[in-house]
Amino acid sequence: MSTILTAVIVLFILAVLFGLLLGYASVRFRVEGNPIVDQIDAILPQTQCGQCGYPGCRPYAEAIANGDAINKCPPGGQATIEALADLLDVEPIPLDSEHGEEKPRSVAYIREDECIGCTKCIQACPVDAILGAAKQMHTVIASECTGCDLCVEPCPVDCIDMIPIETTPNTWKWPQPPSPMQLIATDTGRSIAASEVNS
Amino acid sequence: MSRVFSFHGGIHPPENKKQSTRAPIAKAPLPKQLVLPMQQHIGAAADPLVKVGDRVLKGQLIAEPIGRISASIHAPTSGTVVDIADYPVPHASGLSGECIVIEPDGEERWIEHQGLGDYRALKRADLIEHIRASGIAGMGGAGFPTDVKLHLSEDHIINTLIINAAECEPYITADDMLLREHANEVVGGIEVIAHLLRPSHVLIGIEDNKPNAIHALEAALKHCDLNIDLVVVPTKYPSGGERQLIKLLTNIEVPSGRIPADIGIVCQNVGTARAIYRAVHFGEPLISRIVTVTGDAVRHPRNLETLLGTPFSTLLEACDLRPDALSRLVMGGPMMGVTVDNDRIPVIKTTNCLIAATAQEMPPSPPARECIRCGMCEQACPAELLPQQLYWFSRGREFEKARHHNLFDCIECGACAYVCPSNIPLVQYYRFAKSEIRTEEREQRKADHARQRFEARQARLEREAAEKEARRKARAAEAARAQSQKAAATGNADSGAAQASGAPDIKQLKTAAAVARTKLKKAQKAYDEALAGNADNLKALEQALEEARQKAEQAEKALAGGVPPQSQGAQADTLKQLKTAAAVARTKLKKAQDALKNAEDKGLPGVDKLRQTVEALEQKAGEAEQALRDAEQKPAAAALNAAPESTASRPDSKALKQQVSIMRTKLKKAESALDSCEDATERSRLEAEVAELRTRFDAASTAFEQAEQALIDAAAKAGVDLKQLRIDAAMARATVTKTERALQKAEDDSERARLEQELSAARTRADALNQTLSQYE
Amino acid sequence: MALIHLSSPHVSNANSSPNMMRLVLIALLPGILAMTVFFGWGTLIQIALAATLALLFEAAVLRLRKRPVGFFLRDYSALVTAVLLAVALPPFSAWWVTATGIFVAIVIAKQLYGGLGNNPFNPAMVAYALLLVSFPVEMTRWTAPITQGGEGWQVASFIDTLRVIFGSVEPAFYDSFTGATPLDELRHRNGLTTEELWRQSDVLLNGVGAWYAVSAAWFMGGIFLLSRKVFTWHTPLSMLIALFLVASMFYGFDPDSYVSPIVHLGVGATMLGAFFIATDPVSSATSNRGKIVFGASIGVLIYIIRTWGNYPDAVAFSVLLLNLCAPFIDQYTQPRTYGHAKPNRGLKGKNQ
Repeated sequence: MSTILTAVIVLFILAVLFGLLLGYASVRFRVEGNPIVDQIDAILPQTQCGQCGYPGCRPYAEAIANGDAINKCPPGGQATIEALADLLDVEPIPLDSEHGEEKPRSVAYIREDECIGCTKCIQACPVDAILGAAKQMHTVIASECTGCDLCVEPCPVDCIDMIPIETTPNTWKWPQPPSPMQLIATDTGRSIAASEVNS
Repeated sequence: MSRVFSFHGGIHPPENKKQSTRAPIAKAPLPKQLVLPMQQHIGAAADPLVKVGDRVLKGQLIAEPIGRISASIHAPTSGTVVDIADYPVPHASGLSGECIVIEPDGEERWIEHQGLGDYRALKRADLIEHIRASGIAGMGGAGFPTDVKLHLSEDHIINTLIINAAECEPYITADDMLLREHANEVVGGIEVIAHLLRPSHVLIGIEDNKPNAIHALEAALKHCDLNIDLVVVPTKYPSGGERQLIKLLTNIEVPSGRIPADIGIVCQNVGTARAIYRAVHFGEPLISRIVTVTGDAVRHPRNLETLLGTPFSTLLEACDLRPDALSRLVMGGPMMGVTVDNDRIPVIKTTNCLIAATAQEMPPSPPARECIRCGMCEQACPAELLPQQLYWFSRGREFEKARHHNLFDCIECGACAYVCPSNIPLVQYYRFAKSEIRTEEREQRKADHARQRFEARQARLEREAAEKEARRKARAAEAARAQSQKAAATGNADSGAAQASGAPDIKQLKTAAAVARTKLKKAQKAYDEALAGNADNLKALEQALEEARQKAEQAEKALAGGVPPQSQGAQADTLKQLKTAAAVARTKLKKAQDALKNAEDKGLPGVDKLRQTVEALEQKAGEAEQALRDAEQKPAAAALNAAPESTASRPDSKALKQQVSIMRTKLKKAESALDSCEDATERSRLEAEVAELRTRFDAASTAFEQAEQALIDAAAKAGVDLKQLRIDAAMARATVTKTERALQKAEDDSERARLEQELSAARTRADALNQTLSQYE
Repeated sequence: MALIHLSSPHVSNANSSPNMMRLVLIALLPGILAMTVFFGWGTLIQIALAATLALLFEAAVLRLRKRPVGFFLRDYSALVTAVLLAVALPPFSAWWVTATGIFVAIVIAKQLYGGLGNNPFNPAMVAYALLLVSFPVEMTRWTAPITQGGEGWQVASFIDTLRVIFGSVEPAFYDSFTGATPLDELRHRNGLTTEELWRQSDVLLNGVGAWYAVSAAWFMGGIFLLSRKVFTWHTPLSMLIALFLVASMFYGFDPDSYVSPIVHLGVGATMLGAFFIATDPVSSATSNRGKIVFGASIGVLIYIIRTWGNYPDAVAFSVLLLNLCAPFIDQYTQPRTYGHAKPNRGLKGKNQ
């Protein structure tokens, strides 16, 4: 009987000790602020397009931190989803097509002779990338444009086009070489050719 | 003789240099069209200076450099500009870039040009400018604008000038042949470079597989006064890599991410030296270069002095191409060159070699096997990297790890892929990883930039909204004041009428005096209450009280004299008072702000309280200033309308209202502080504070309500329903806004005119109502 | 004109992985010959059996994994694994021992991990260790070498060898030609000093010469591979030197209870391990410094297990343990890159 009692007492004391330790740790090593939101925000593409249903990237970052799905960002596409999944240690999921499709990066272009100078696009632009004044022709500062599409809708004369950014020799990327596994697993014809080459 | 050191790794691929050195350098034929890409160098693309249809002379400047790191481009021959558009350029991507197309007239007419004579007599800067104007960019392969390198002695101490004649890549013999035939010109160019950089030591690095070139150089060096060492290095690829050659000749390593000039070394290629010689002594800009055309698919491999812009097809024809044997066309050497899929791509400043290879010569690489981690790549790597680790990381897209393994120190020399027994395209993996990392960085920068702009915009919008709100409040306050003035004025007018009729309306004056007395009493009461509370927000009340007292006295006086008070004088008095009040408020605010700043800096306790005080003071100062401005702006109106009661009630009501709002803010703040507070003692203190504030708030709002009620009463006395008036005015204002909006949307002209009419009518009505209202408020 | 579009370099040398594997097989020949001479036909039969089974297993798994069979069989890696396992097994072990070993090596240790290049452990050594643990009796029944000879001892004929391996003889038949290995003898010394043991034991007196000869043959093969640059000197040399140094230290300190370093180098699988097993590129460390650490650690571990462990020989366990550490060693032995003051350490990235 006394053994059991001893065990119970020891366990109790241990429980109290660890409880105190944990409590102390939670106070002592408390994390200030919510750095995860900043980290998520840093991954998001900052187009501020609102396609996720939140007014900007930061609100979406906050929503993700509070448990929202990570697949609502079409401009970021699969790469962003993977980066988020990596950061949050969850499974990457395909982009939710409800919020839009992944499109190539583009810039807005105002057909200037058609612009009536209504300033509506200027108000819509989340990054102030459109220049112009009332009744004056507007133009997009291409280097500042995030390609968010938000200016297209408000334009009363539909003079804004989204032009995909072209690859130039300066922005061209080397493609990833096909991995040996892929080459052989998916392409039987080629694999036979490969073995013939080797022989 | 200098010692030769060694670098890690390296390989010995078959040299294949003999084929193209059998024949002397020949002139390449003039093609039908010359295509000159605007980007033939590292840095910004040049900007065309000519238009389609312009006639150009040989050596004429046709595109100027943009920015510091850029190079100008000259017409290689005389002819007509037939097009300026995108054409395929020599680039691994096979994409197109902006080019100027010149149709030669075959006359080869030179533009007027001449050498500089004694270049030593010139200023350095002028000499470098001349070289820049000649469009010279590094001709070894990278194409870095040469003038930038020649400026290096200005901010670096250059001890050693290294002339790179190693030419370690298989097949290429352009530098070899250049040295055999034009060693004097190369040495002349070296003299110019040495004059500009003033190194204490000049080294020429050359591989021991070029004995003829070494002889020619030795002969040329005999006539040279400079201290030039010709260092023969063993043949090993990639000894011609800038960093590897520096290590070979000096045993110094260029620190990662730095340039050789940081350790006092500048490297120049022999081709560049010759181009400088031609530019300085003959005034010829860079319009041609020596290109090795070789490979088993051409019958007569040799070196050709080629005009820039000559399409590859012309060169291949000149060397007698066997088109059916050609399987791979490589621009540059077999180790680092890029394949091109189009023989109309032109020669540019960096094109040193063109290999027309047969399928036997460069067979398609067998399918890649899995890496067996044999480590051969590591033995071969001249940068002492772990190529196979980089391969795993690049393949798995673990770019952070690849970076940590110094991916960016990879010079893409291809030695690892050359030795790889599994035929893995290692270099492509590294290029892929590098371009992915660069793109990611670019996008990250862009995203950060966008975030900044977005946040700045958000802040601006909020600020604007706050300002708008503040303006709206100010307008409302002003309107209220104006109305109260009007109301007083009406009363005054009545009394004026009474005056006009002969005798002052004593009864009315009596009433006015009584009201003023009541007001005074109330103000006194509010003041006392506030006094009992806290001393630091008494000012407004005090002032109100003081004014109320004055007005009461005036009213009494008026009553006594039966004469309206000197409105002008009163106005002046008020103005003065307001000015003082504003100044005092400002000073106070300033002091409080200083104290707050001090406290914040030092992290003293009670910062919050101070901050609150500052805010309150800010408000007060703003209010005082506003009042002052209003008073100054409307002296005439005030002069007309000044009446004892109005002037008495105006600051009273306004100050009280402000007081209420201040107290509300304070109370809210204290409450929220209370909510977030956890410390027990602090909490109880805050609780006490909140209770106190609440009392004060209640007192202030009672005072305000009373004052307000007094106003309404006054208006009622004048026979106007103030409430109804207010509603009417608001309705009128809304109509104005609505019409304005409709007008904005309207497109039809006639409709617009109609709306404009409507708008002006609505405005008039709204103004009239506002005026009436302001009389009573 | 159809021109191909490829990344540089556009030339490469001909030393392909299959070629390297072939070189390894060639380098194994002298050792196989020596074993056949001293221990009889068993080695050859084991190699034939193991090679056939290895190719069969490899082909079967490749087919299951939907990979081109011919392409991968031609890389010779299965053959190398089979031969290495076959020469490590006792020449007269039963066919099912070999079959189990090959199955484990090819199917489990190699293909299930993704095939050549992806296996974290040396397949032959995984199989050997598993057999040693599972069938201790069979695995320690070594043939006595021809030099040991002695009364009633005979070299088993080819047919006899076949019969022994394929299991149609009485167990007693073994005793006529099997005996303990020198390492066994030195391990179970029954309280004798090294010198006494050396004088009493037949294996040590007469048999050890054969073991030295076989080791010399492996050594020759290794030198051949080194000269053909199939691997670098780092792993084998550091392993042998480490073993020699540790053994000399203890031997010098107490020659009665410890074994001479020469014996350590000359008997057992030391040479085979140094040149053919520890140098397996797939499962070893990568950088030169890493290889030195890898080799030296194997050397020290071999000594520790041989001297104080439960098993007479230790190459398999040492190599496997170090295979386990290889990625870790790699991270901490990165070379100093050109232009960097000091080498990087550890691994940066999300897994940190």
